[in-house]
Amino acid sequence: MKPRHKRAAIVLGVLSAVGMAVALVLNAFNSNLVFFYTPVQIAAKEAPQGRTFRVGGLVEAGSVKREGVTVNFIVTDTLKTVPVRYEGVLPDLFKEGKGVVAQGQLGADGVFAAREVLAKHDENYMPPEAADALQQAEKMRNKMAGTLAATEPAGAKK
Amino acid sequence: MIPELGQFILMLALAVALVQGIVPMVGAQRGRADWMALARPAAWLQFTLVLLAYFCLTASFVRHDFSVLYVASNSNSALPLPYRVAAVWGGHEGSLLLWVLMLSVWTVAVARYSRSLPLVFVARILAVLGLVSVGFLLFMLVTSNPFDRLIPAAVDGRDLNPLLQDPGMVIHPPMLYMGYVGFSVAYAFAIAALIGGNLDATWARWTRPWTSAAWIFLTFGIGLGSWWAYNELGWGGWWFWDPVENASFMPWLVGTALIHSLAVTEKRGGFKVWTVLLAIMAFSLSLLGTFLVRSGVLSSVHSFATDPRRGLFILAFLVIVIGASLILYAWRAPRVGLGQRFGLFSKESMLLVNNMLLVTACGGVLLGTLYPLFLDAMGMGKISVGPPYFDTVFVLMMAPLLLLMGVGPLMRWKQDDAGSLARRLRWALVFAIVAALLSGWLMGRISPATTGGLFLAWWIVAAISVDLIERLKPKPGMGGSIVGRARLLPRAMVGMMVAHLGVAVFAFGVAMVKTYETERDVKMGPDASTDIAGFHFRMLSLKDVQGPNYAAAQAEIEVSRDGKVIALLAPEKRIYRVQNNPMTEAAVDSSLLRDLYISMGEQLPTGEWIVRVQHKPFIAMVWGGCLVMMLGGLLAASDRRYRARQTRSAAIGGATAGRAA
Repeated sequence: MKPRHKRAAIVLGVLSAVGMAVALVLNAFNSNLVFFYTPVQIAAKEAPQGRTFRVGGLVEAGSVKREGVTVNFIVTDTLKTVPVRYEGVLPDLFKEGKGVVAQGQLGADGVFAAREVLAKHDENYMPPEAADALQQAEKMRNKMAGTLAATEPAGAKK
Repeated sequence: MIPELGQFILMLALAVALVQGIVPMVGAQRGRADWMALARPAAWLQFTLVLLAYFCLTASFVRHDFSVLYVASNSNSALPLPYRVAAVWGGHEGSLLLWVLMLSVWTVAVARYSRSLPLVFVARILAVLGLVSVGFLLFMLVTSNPFDRLIPAAVDGRDLNPLLQDPGMVIHPPMLYMGYVGFSVAYAFAIAALIGGNLDATWARWTRPWTSAAWIFLTFGIGLGSWWAYNELGWGGWWFWDPVENASFMPWLVGTALIHSLAVTEKRGGFKVWTVLLAIMAFSLSLLGTFLVRSGVLSSVHSFATDPRRGLFILAFLVIVIGASLILYAWRAPRVGLGQRFGLFSKESMLLVNNMLLVTACGGVLLGTLYPLFLDAMGMGKISVGPPYFDTVFVLMMAPLLLLMGVGPLMRWKQDDAGSLARRLRWALVFAIVAALLSGWLMGRISPATTGGLFLAWWIVAAISVDLIERLKPKPGMGGSIVGRARLLPRAMVGMMVAHLGVAVFAFGVAMVKTYETERDVKMGPDASTDIAGFHFRMLSLKDVQGPNYAAAQAEIEVSRDGKVIALLAPEKRIYRVQNNPMTEAAVDSSLLRDLYISMGEQLPTGEWIVRVQHKPFIAMVWGGCLVMMLGGLLAASDRRYRARQTRSAAIGGATAGRAA
């Protein structure tokens, strides 16, 4: 091989290697993205079944029930709720009425099987996803209240 | 009085930093020796001032001065003294002060240990460091003043985050910061060389020990952080791919690439342009890391909204540092010229691949860390990228990296012969395969993925052994005993071998713990027991204990194997009084071969507890590997060559620099 060809071979090799590496990284990225859904979106059947995603909101007061190491609780965004089942030790800051984010899959029975439950390090700190869910629900409630007030007496529809 | 004094001293430090950043730089351009000579005393003065300001803040913490906002937010009258001293870096403002202090420590270190370097070069380096310091001091004084008063003063403080009340946390941030900030030295060397136009092997030799030093601190800091998370967070995990961890890991990856690329620049004069780019990248990522972790952007991108000045300042600072460096780079780099040619099958090629893999891995981490933040900031929805992504990227990049780590060091510069290399390494290959299968078999189960990981670890060990044996063989013209020959091995070479051995130890630990760890969540009350991995856990008692600023439920659990008691562990669930937060205090029985890890979950209405018990084989090797890598770095950085030959080459470098200026 002439030196010129050799250099071309190196450059080509490097480029194709980098290209391959980037393609692999992007592919891994794409297949491991975890999307976030609010209880309202889940109630509207927007969330996928059989794919891992996150749900966030508040732990509904009085909803936490333990059976041995299995724990059932309800996540609410104050508008809709999602029942969640989790096996294992909950994080220290998991509390009724506080923000929570669960990651897992939605079962056919409508129960969200969480593989991971996140509640963050600070009692005043709301997980961003949970805060987001509450905010969206709030917006929606305002909108709904507006339309309801216009058509029928408010509170007729729960 | 003390806080005002501290603030005043900080302002003085800013003035000195300005002088240090401008006067020597201009002096270097104009060839004024007297202006350049100002750099060293300015560096010392700035260090003294920042240290004094730091003492002022520490004094406010020690004296419980809750009229200082920062103290009131991060301390409490019940907080023990060592944690009050450490609480200085428990929040955003104090962390910045620590950052600046570390920067001035590095700066005086450069001022002190650069006697043999030409004055022009030193003046430019110290000026660049001074300018970086200006940026941070301004940021602190304008947006994040640690000395801000709280009027009226708080009766008591809000306490230090309980998670940070741990001895590991006392030394973790300073070590990490020493590493982050250390890359500013490599950066300053690169910028000074770009300005002076003397990017050459000499420059690389000067930069190498400083880069290694920064890398050592960063390695230690990251390892310590992982160890702390393992012991303190109560989950038994040691790496979470959390954005905070990623922020420290990215500079490490690029810094590691930089160390390797500097080797090529020094030995063969190659990769010069690339090396400079890596130095700029390493420092930029350090800056990004500091800001990501401390600005609050991670907990919510909207937290900037509470203080938009902070966010704007950070963005502007990053843009100026990275932008200015890249413009200078684009302007100067094309004149640098290429190094010597090298063949397709050579040590240079191997190091090139090493750099590509490390930088791609860093790019992957950057994508996974910043993309969710970016989407959120743009209001395009929330996503998260979890450990599976990062794990995949890492296995993809690290497997070839570790494979080549065995081959690369044995190769010759410029051109090598594949056939002879294969002959030299064939027994190492056989050994690695046998050892991998054997270690899997000893653990009772052989799986393809684990065997792959174990093979890579043993492969590196075997290849290092081959390298060492070849180098210690008697050669014509080199007599003496084997000990004598071992003494003649250059420290940098031994350091490389030790650091690579550290990687092998680390890979071994990761492969083992990932495959063979077992955990179980069980319901336990007094006298209840459970078994995992052949260990018998029995709860003896449950009691309440009182700490200085917390109350805790403590379980006493006896661990036995084959009827023999081997450990008595006492995990706790603590409630810190001030913030009223529960904290899991795990109990760990550590040994080289395995850890037993017990943490308490929550109490059931029946009074029993959910307890998590874990068996983690070889996890100590994860941190052991980091320590060995660090040791390798220390050996390499202490090579005499970096100091002994400086005097002669300094004269030459001075001449060229003088001409360029």
